[in-house]
Amino acid sequence: MSSRVRPGRDDSPDRLYTLTGGRSGTGSTSFDVVTLVVAESDPVPGMQSEHAAILRMCRFPTAVVEVAAGLGLPVSITKILLSDLHDTGRISARHPRPASYRLPDHDILEQVLVGLRNL
Amino acid sequence: MDSAISEQRQTLSSTADNGLKIVVVGGFGVGKTTLVRSVSEIRPLNTEETMSQAGEGIDDTVGVAAKTATTVAFDFGRISLDAHNVLYLFGAPGQERFWFLWDRLFSGTLGAVVLVDTRRIADSWYAVDRLEHHGTPFVVACNDFGGRAHTAAEIREALDLGDEIPLVFCDARSRESSKQVLISLVEHLKNVVAADPENGPRPIPEPAP
Repeated sequence: MSSRVRPGRDDSPDRLYTLTGGRSGTGSTSFDVVTLVVAESDPVPGMQSEHAAILRMCRFPTAVVEVAAGLGLPVSITKILLSDLHDTGRISARHPRPASYRLPDHDILEQVLVGLRNL
Repeated sequence: MDSAISEQRQTLSSTADNGLKIVVVGGFGVGKTTLVRSVSEIRPLNTEETMSQAGEGIDDTVGVAAKTATTVAFDFGRISLDAHNVLYLFGAPGQERFWFLWDRLFSGTLGAVVLVDTRRIADSWYAVDRLEHHGTPFVVACNDFGGRAHTAAEIREALDLGDEIPLVFCDARSRESSKQVLISLVEHLKNVVAADPENGPRPIPEPAP
């Protein structure tokens, strides 16, 4: 592993609360770990650095876990930062299509199978 | 730092809009990351999830709320299946504390692969048990470490595995072999979906009283 300090991992948990302004929930938007995030605007001066980093990372669709890995922050903290940006219209979120039932749809499984066989 | 990351990152197609997940569960050193790397289009990335359990109760006279954090690190890779579907593969540890985070991280997963080292089969008991408990469809894949060859029957017995659960042998270093593991999981999922009585026409819900 690299020697650089990884925010959120090597810091005390209190710093994570500072990053999120003390919040531990994400309000109205429910991000899945594989929700694809797309930036709808460029970073602006004065923006919280994590928010700016997310906007740079998400010029193309990028999953929540990829954002978390890029920021070096836990997934739950990343989701809070993302919901800030979502609430202000700076990102859009492409959520996974919900299965109609607890098991995946047959059509989706067929598409996955085709994709895997083409690898 | 950002430029270094973005240089290594391959971007997804701008049409990608449906993230899917498959979880590879297994003990330490069993080859989860190796399998993910074999099929992933990106170098596997690592991230983590933390679950804090803050002490509750405003009348806590002690004043200092007990705060415990469970942190679980996991690797993941990515496969672009087509213009819309992107499959994320998660390599997750099988140990006990991980399962507290299962619902938060992996709800809605298509299914799971339990990766087994046949020299340490007992490491996989817990994962098999938890997946059955969660009702998550899974296949068991034995990673070939070149030890004494076990028969499928021996492994099934050791894991107390039902006949309906596929057991495959693989070499996690091989892209083709790892791909076949994933294909066997998706084939199994299709069977599970087809056999599920609740997946058929659903009864009309009772009107609320």
